[in-house]
Amino acid sequence: MKPIKGFSLKKVRAESAFKRTLVIMALVMIVIAAGIFLTLLVQSLPSIKALGGHYLSGKTWDPVSDIYGALPFLLGTLLTSFLALLISIPFSYAIAIYLGEYNPKGWLSGFLKNIVELVAAVPSVIYGFWALVVLVPMVRAIETKVGAAPYGVGILTASLVLAIMIIPYAASLGRELIRLVPSSLKEGAYSLGATRYEVLKNVTLPYTKSGLFAGLLLSLGRALGETMAVTMVIGNTNILPTSIFSPSNTMASVIANEFTEADRTVYLSALIELGLVLFLVTVVINLVGRMIIKRFTNE
Amino acid sequence: MMNPKLRYRLVKSKSVEWIIVLFAFLITVPLIAIIFFVLKTGISKISWHFFTNIPKPVGEAGGGIANALVGSLLIVLVAALIAVPIGILCGIYLSENKDSKLASYSRLAVDVLQGTPSIVTGIVIYFWLVKPLGTFSAVSGSVALAIMMLPIVIRSTEETLKLLPSSLKEAGLALGLPYHKVILRVVVPCGFSGILSGVMLSVARIAGETAPLLFTAFGNPYISTNVLKPMQSLPLLIFNYATSPYEEWHDLAWGASLILLIWVLLLNITTKLITRKWKVQL
Amino acid sequence: MESTIISSKNFNAYFGANHVVKNVSIEIPQNNIIAVMGPSGCGKTTYLRCINRMHELIPGATTEGEMKLHKDNIYEMNPILVRLRIGMVFQRPNPFPNLSIYDNVIAGYKLNGMKLQRAERDNIVEGSLRKAALWNEVKDTLHKKGTFLSGGQQQRLCIARAIAMEPEVLLLDEPTSALDPISTASVEELLFDLKKNYTLVLVTHNMQQAARVSDKTAFFYLGELVEYDKTKEMFTNPKDNRTQSYITGRFS
Repeated sequence: MKPIKGFSLKKVRAESAFKRTLVIMALVMIVIAAGIFLTLLVQSLPSIKALGGHYLSGKTWDPVSDIYGALPFLLGTLLTSFLALLISIPFSYAIAIYLGEYNPKGWLSGFLKNIVELVAAVPSVIYGFWALVVLVPMVRAIETKVGAAPYGVGILTASLVLAIMIIPYAASLGRELIRLVPSSLKEGAYSLGATRYEVLKNVTLPYTKSGLFAGLLLSLGRALGETMAVTMVIGNTNILPTSIFSPSNTMASVIANEFTEADRTVYLSALIELGLVLFLVTVVINLVGRMIIKRFTNE
Repeated sequence: MMNPKLRYRLVKSKSVEWIIVLFAFLITVPLIAIIFFVLKTGISKISWHFFTNIPKPVGEAGGGIANALVGSLLIVLVAALIAVPIGILCGIYLSENKDSKLASYSRLAVDVLQGTPSIVTGIVIYFWLVKPLGTFSAVSGSVALAIMMLPIVIRSTEETLKLLPSSLKEAGLALGLPYHKVILRVVVPCGFSGILSGVMLSVARIAGETAPLLFTAFGNPYISTNVLKPMQSLPLLIFNYATSPYEEWHDLAWGASLILLIWVLLLNITTKLITRKWKVQL
Repeated sequence: MESTIISSKNFNAYFGANHVVKNVSIEIPQNNIIAVMGPSGCGKTTYLRCINRMHELIPGATTEGEMKLHKDNIYEMNPILVRLRIGMVFQRPNPFPNLSIYDNVIAGYKLNGMKLQRAERDNIVEGSLRKAALWNEVKDTLHKKGTFLSGGQQQRLCIARAIAMEPEVLLLDEPTSALDPISTASVEELLFDLKKNYTLVLVTHNMQQAARVSDKTAFFYLGELVEYDKTKEMFTNPKDNRTQSYITGRFS
């Protein structure tokens, strides 16, 4: 029998070492994700113990007097995010419908697709800087006109810049989903004499309803966690917002502003608890959104 | 001739179409406005001096962003060195073991990482690295950015490899190649363009990230190449100087914004060009 | 007397709970072409993939029983070693799309990190391509990608790639089913030539092909080995009713 070329025990060992490495890498992801949650939880314990339920319902955040009520930030976050989502919907759906249904090919849709991708690519800090210099004076002018206090910065400004930033997420996802609508369904409607609008309204949108909703969830997740652009134009005020013109603070922006200044255990821990809440909310929203999409695409 | 009901329906359909086109293309307005504005305000600040000098103290005109350029490059490079191998290997595991229990948990973990706000990652790395090391450091910033890169690299690797036919792997194994050679020298090269595009997109995404660096790399007014010490980066510099009350610092921030914008947009565009060119014909 | 190169005894294969190869015992003599035929779903391909341990790569697939290469139990050897000694050609040509024709032929050496002199490499490539009857067609385009070739050429390239490793046995899983008649003829001709140096096990659902090229034929039905005999004998004088029905076309 001739000796076997290309075979050595070293190779067999390398092979099993490689397989083991792959398993370890998959484990690493679980360790990181669990580690993030546990770190946040452990570090918020002092605050959870000291403040309990008052933390979420407290209206005052005054670290100097050691009072930590997170309600202004919860409200600020919800207001900016939902307002941004509301503003973004017509645009993101229009893009999704245009790219997915009206004009899926062609150079014009290629152009629009690239634009949307570039909108997603612009760094958040540049959005913030631009908003600070361009949007803030515009909002201030509006405020003067309607008789509100002319801060310029505040919930409305933050929502406007956030809306631009989240449009690409719902738009590109919506486009993919609209493309999944079986053409046989649409052809059926067309053959009955339906117009384009009627096909859109009665076939495409009902068919993609759950998927489009999931796209909104993912956009909302982005908006809730977005930090820099918001921090730069929200006004950084720790009081309960009274209107959409109020300067405010979101959970993320408070953390960004105060984390490195927090000098006492409870103060720092209260900030981390904000992070924990933010983490849980965005992760749940994301997972639900992904679940809906998975179910939608598997059908 | 045409019955009025039908005419009404057609007009309605056409009007809705125009409204959709209008709203869809309105997205170009803010993008062009931003690019135009950054270009207009930033271009005059840029000179050789701008690239080779560090910022001047308040009150003095001039100065540059050399510290942030060096810092950004280093921080992103180290982040990529950490995230790319781990991400690709994890992506390989997920595509190779589609139905295993570990894969489903790992996939869930990747989803969680994808949904984690960047500022939260910053907090966590502060406790994992900054506190134990006793100082803010570039490497802790890199780790935070690497965690943000991972989901993108893993997803693109997994999706790319899933699409490759299993006959490719079988061909390699039937030749008596060990598993790791089949994966690394046959499967991965065939999916190269997809994996590369994921890697480049992830780099483009973290290159402009600020939030996770606030409590990790922290920033530094001087040029530093020591990854165990605080380091400046472009987005950090823009944030700090843009929110400062000094006009000279705003100027620096505009110049830096232009550089960062060009860098990120170029990364996005080259990703497209390169991956189209290197696509392996199956 | 011919010596036996591969022998299986009471060999079984499963996909999960699904019993696809049932108690198969066969002895394959050296330097022969053995055809394995049967209707689709009869376990012939699975049996072939058990010989070089490709079967077990599918999640949930298991085997049981004895499978020997000469005197060695294949299932006690390292699979890499098994596959170096028993090459395989698949139903669909699968050249590596990222490699040139030249690199495809030498892939088993190159990707395995075996160092070869340039001249040695050239020799192996030319020799293998000649044996695979492809040399004349590709000698001027060796550095083009293998995926530019026609289907028949790609399949012969895959044969060249397998025989470059100088295996003792070559397994062929319906190698011509994806090819046109002319390419099929050239591959069949090639099999005849290869018999001098290798033992070939050919899975086919094409009876004419089995009759044309093989020395012995095994007929599988519903996972069982129904009949195994000299090809001429089997086609002129089948012992089993089921074989009789199959070769007279009563089920496909």
